[in-house]
Amino acid sequence: MAIRTRMSGNEATAEAIRQINPDVMPAFPITPSTEIPQMVSTMVANGQIDTEFVPVESEHSSMSAAIGASAAGARTLTATSSAGLALMWEVVYVAASSRQPIVMAVVNRGLTGPLNINAEHSDSMGARDSGWIQIYGENNQEAYDNMLQAFRIAEDPKVHLPVMICQDGFITSHAVENISLLEDGPVKEFVGSYEPEHYLLNGEEPMAVGPYAVSAYCMEAKKAQAEAMIRSKEVILQVAREFEEISGRGYGLFEEYQMEDAEYAVVAIGSVCGTTKDAIDRLREQGVKAGLVKVRVFRPFPGEELAEALKGCKAVAIMDRCESYSAQGGPLGAELMAAMYRAKATAETVNIVYGLSGRDVRVEDMMQVYEDLKGLAEGRKTFEQYPYLGLRE
Amino acid sequence: MASLTEIRWHGRGGQGAKTAALLLADVAFQTGKHVQGFPEYGPERMGAPITAYDRISDQEIRVHSNIYEPDYVAVVDDTLLHCVDVTGGLKESGGILINTDKTKEELLPLLHGYQGKVYTINARKVCMETMGSYFPNTPMLAAMVKISGVMEPEIFLKEMEASLAHKFAKKPEVLAGNMAALEAALREVRE
Repeated sequence: MAIRTRMSGNEATAEAIRQINPDVMPAFPITPSTEIPQMVSTMVANGQIDTEFVPVESEHSSMSAAIGASAAGARTLTATSSAGLALMWEVVYVAASSRQPIVMAVVNRGLTGPLNINAEHSDSMGARDSGWIQIYGENNQEAYDNMLQAFRIAEDPKVHLPVMICQDGFITSHAVENISLLEDGPVKEFVGSYEPEHYLLNGEEPMAVGPYAVSAYCMEAKKAQAEAMIRSKEVILQVAREFEEISGRGYGLFEEYQMEDAEYAVVAIGSVCGTTKDAIDRLREQGVKAGLVKVRVFRPFPGEELAEALKGCKAVAIMDRCESYSAQGGPLGAELMAAMYRAKATAETVNIVYGLSGRDVRVEDMMQVYEDLKGLAEGRKTFEQYPYLGLRE
Repeated sequence: MASLTEIRWHGRGGQGAKTAALLLADVAFQTGKHVQGFPEYGPERMGAPITAYDRISDQEIRVHSNIYEPDYVAVVDDTLLHCVDVTGGLKESGGILINTDKTKEELLPLLHGYQGKVYTINARKVCMETMGSYFPNTPMLAAMVKISGVMEPEIFLKEMEASLAHKFAKKPEVLAGNMAALEAALREVRE
């Protein structure tokens, strides 16, 4: 039986963690993810779960402790945002390269500066080349569902990589909305117990984790890691199929909304996708063939599949909630355009930067994006690459 | 009632406007609605103007933006009328609810010619008479339920009693005062 209730994205994440009952959670608080370790440590104090909660002195320490616990054979989880993720930087790479199946709840917030606490993807997008799988959610429901699927993906022997479960700071982390939860029993059965193949506390098999690798071996190790990232795609899809069996909610690498006959498509990540769906419904009433591709999995990047989904479109707007300072657009724009080039796509494209530092995006803003795409396809409109949405003059 | 009601709360940090918005979402959920309650965060300081929002709908809510054309506005502190455009975008078919000890006529010049309904309540008086301490969000919540019609007042009181009994499980002595404040606010709100 599904449990229909209402909670914020942070509460939904903490509830998923309660149901998973991980072995170890080292964490250091940072807005807007602070509530997650706060709520989990309360659950530990109340005896609801037997997770070893480690209140560390910084995020560099939380990720270091997570790596140690995971290497020892424990199912390990942490949570962070923004500057916290930035402070972890060195060890974020170590977690992935030592193939530890750690899960991290990332409540997306911009990196400074100017100093700001609101939603932006610059924190996790900055870590896009760190070797972590990255899964993004649109709302509290997806933050919950993605968290429940995370360990199954991370711990799969074909993968053995850490996973970030991302949601938009405040917009979903602090918004109370309806949600459908699963009962504890089916969740426990779905997540299963963790039986690591190799671990430091196994006296029968002495091993080292994270030693120096000479050049003769390093490149092979990196290639093996890259192969695992490629293989994770099929595992992510398999886990999603099994999750659908217990929840009725289906997930893929991305979601397509009104894409069957779409001429104008937006490709975006996170909470703006719900707003975009409302814009599409209004435009469809006016006869505009608008559609949305919501990217759920950014790492591994489903470039070929996305290019295929967009092949019937006349014009595509690729939306980045992140400024790369590359002088040619954001990370989603750069990667998707490269994939579309390889697929010999013919659609016009524009890479739009939006929503930085929590700048609000309205349904009307997204309707204007489609209007501009129509103009682009019809030759009435040109874009200077790459525009900002809702920039004040 | 329309299938979607949008409410904007204006308060000052520490007055509980965010809590009121989240409580309203909570109690509306109990009546089977789809809800969304969320604060707009800035640099948080006691006394600084803050905004919070509610969407209450019969359909699934997908939009994730602030509310620019609310059906109703709640002003938890009447000094905000001097510095915040509280009627900005407010639908004339809806109304504004102000916590004040002044008369509606005294406040009208501060409402930028707003033509919709103007409701007032003296939340301080209600609080002091029922709870003995000033938590303006409690009477404001009840008054908002009354003026917006998002649910029947009787159902609201029943749900709030259950919710407050849970919230104050360790301080049951405050339950009666809170309930009295809600009931008084339902009576005291004036158009």
